Amino acid sequence: MTADERDGEAMQSNDDREQEPTDSNDGQQFDRLPETATDRTVEGRATREAVVDWWEERFGVDPAVFDDHTFWEKGAGKVWAFAGDLPNPTRDVEAAGMTFLRTRQEHWKPTTDAAQRFGRHATRNTIRLGEDAAKRFVAGDDQDLDWDGDWGYVIGVHDVAGREEPLGVGLYVYGELKSMVPKGRQRDV
Amino acid sequence: MEPFERYRDVVDDFDAFLAACQRGLPMAVRVNTLRATPDEAVAAFEAEGVDVERVDWHPHVLVPDTDKPGSTWPTYHGWTHGQEEVSAIPATVLDPQPGERVFDACAAPGSKATQLSAMMDDEGTVVANDNNLGRLSALRFNTERLGVTNTVVTNQDARNFSLKPFRDDDEDDEAVAFDRALVDAPCSCEGTIRKNPDALDDWNLGHVEQVASVQKGILRRAVQVTKPGGVVVYSTCTFAPEENEAVLDHVLAEESVDVVDYDLPLEHVDGLTEFQEETYDPRVANAKRVYPHHNDTGGFFTAKLEVTAA
Repeated sequence: MTADERDGEAMQSNDDREQEPTDSNDGQQFDRLPETATDRTVEGRATREAVVDWWEERFGVDPAVFDDHTFWEKGAGKVWAFAGDLPNPTRDVEAAGMTFLRTRQEHWKPTTDAAQRFGRHATRNTIRLGEDAAKRFVAGDDQDLDWDGDWGYVIGVHDVAGREEPLGVGLYVYGELKSMVPKGRQRDV
Repeated sequence: MEPFERYRDVVDDFDAFLAACQRGLPMAVRVNTLRATPDEAVAAFEAEGVDVERVDWHPHVLVPDTDKPGSTWPTYHGWTHGQEEVSAIPATVLDPQPGERVFDACAAPGSKATQLSAMMDDEGTVVANDNNLGRLSALRFNTERLGVTNTVVTNQDARNFSLKPFRDDDEDDEAVAFDRALVDAPCSCEGTIRKNPDALDDWNLGHVEQVASVQKGILRRAVQVTKPGGVVVYSTCTFAPEENEAVLDHVLAEESVDVVDYDLPLEHVDGLTEFQEETYDPRVANAKRVYPHHNDTGGFFTAKLEVTAA
């Protein structure tokens, strides 16, 4: 399911209580995501409900994992996760928590930092990699891989010191795992 | 080493001090306890064939036997962060608690800010400020890499730091004042000589005095934005008393604040109450100086301040 479809569900199921989105996104400030589509005043903005549902649907992350986080949009489609609260909107700050999810596009995409931070709670669409495959993944290499899960964004995981640890985000299509680890995070381990 | 001659009369065993300053320093890492325990980090290094030494005074500081700790799984996963051993002192002295509001006035590249967040279990808020836009990207990179989500990054001149971004329209500054603040001040970096052999190349007293005036402004503002009863830690990686005790002396005279004693489980000496022609408020003796020959580390200066009611 795409982000548009997910948001679309809420919008279609709504009645005349829904506010007409009137404002446009201001890339210079942090705006808290509305709880649901009913609360939305900025066109195209993701809702908290949709974001939490997306992590549950795609990766099986229990929504309770995000209970202590607020979500904010700064920069078109860029959603941030912050452990705490701030005035809404918040101006004149450079970052609040971590960049978390890219929205306002057909397929929402988690950041590698978010996959590492919250990926331990993932129960599906994780791909377990052996040592060599894990090294290639964090070096930024794409690799052919047989896997019978859903195409789309996945979380690569491997074993470190007796723990299954998320490596970052990949894109699985046509029998290939593409590493989405950003250049600055790629390492020759 | 010429600039260090001015410390000949105040440093115990000056020859040992000079000898230590000429030795290199092994890389240390701090375990990011948001992601892993020290035992897990040690196990992960050892699984890669890297031996690890634990330092005796801090359970989270490790010295892995590798030239490239960055190219290891513990670092990739944000379990560890490259950080000099003495650099773990100021956050330890500040001792932030989960749920508190904490200010890091000169935060880039984020080693200490992320240590504060880890000590707070990523609960509460760390406002990590730096005036240098170029260094902010490193600060943001490190907070995200280490999985920290309770940090707000700001780009202000700490000398007149504004709390406006944090308060609602109907609130005043006191409503959003900090429980604790860290001023790990920009300095002449004399104590990093073992890591940066060229640290003294551009040394001159004029620069020291110029930096000291900035340090005074930053520390004063940090005291002002901290609640009465709150704690402020002032630290530098330099030996110059102009940037250390003289800064405390100035702020003691100007602000409602006290310099208090604290425990430091590393060999150290007290802050200086006099240097050359200057004398300082006797309370600056509660600050601690760590010299390179004391514990085979870099050099460091740390003071703990308590904000009193105005």
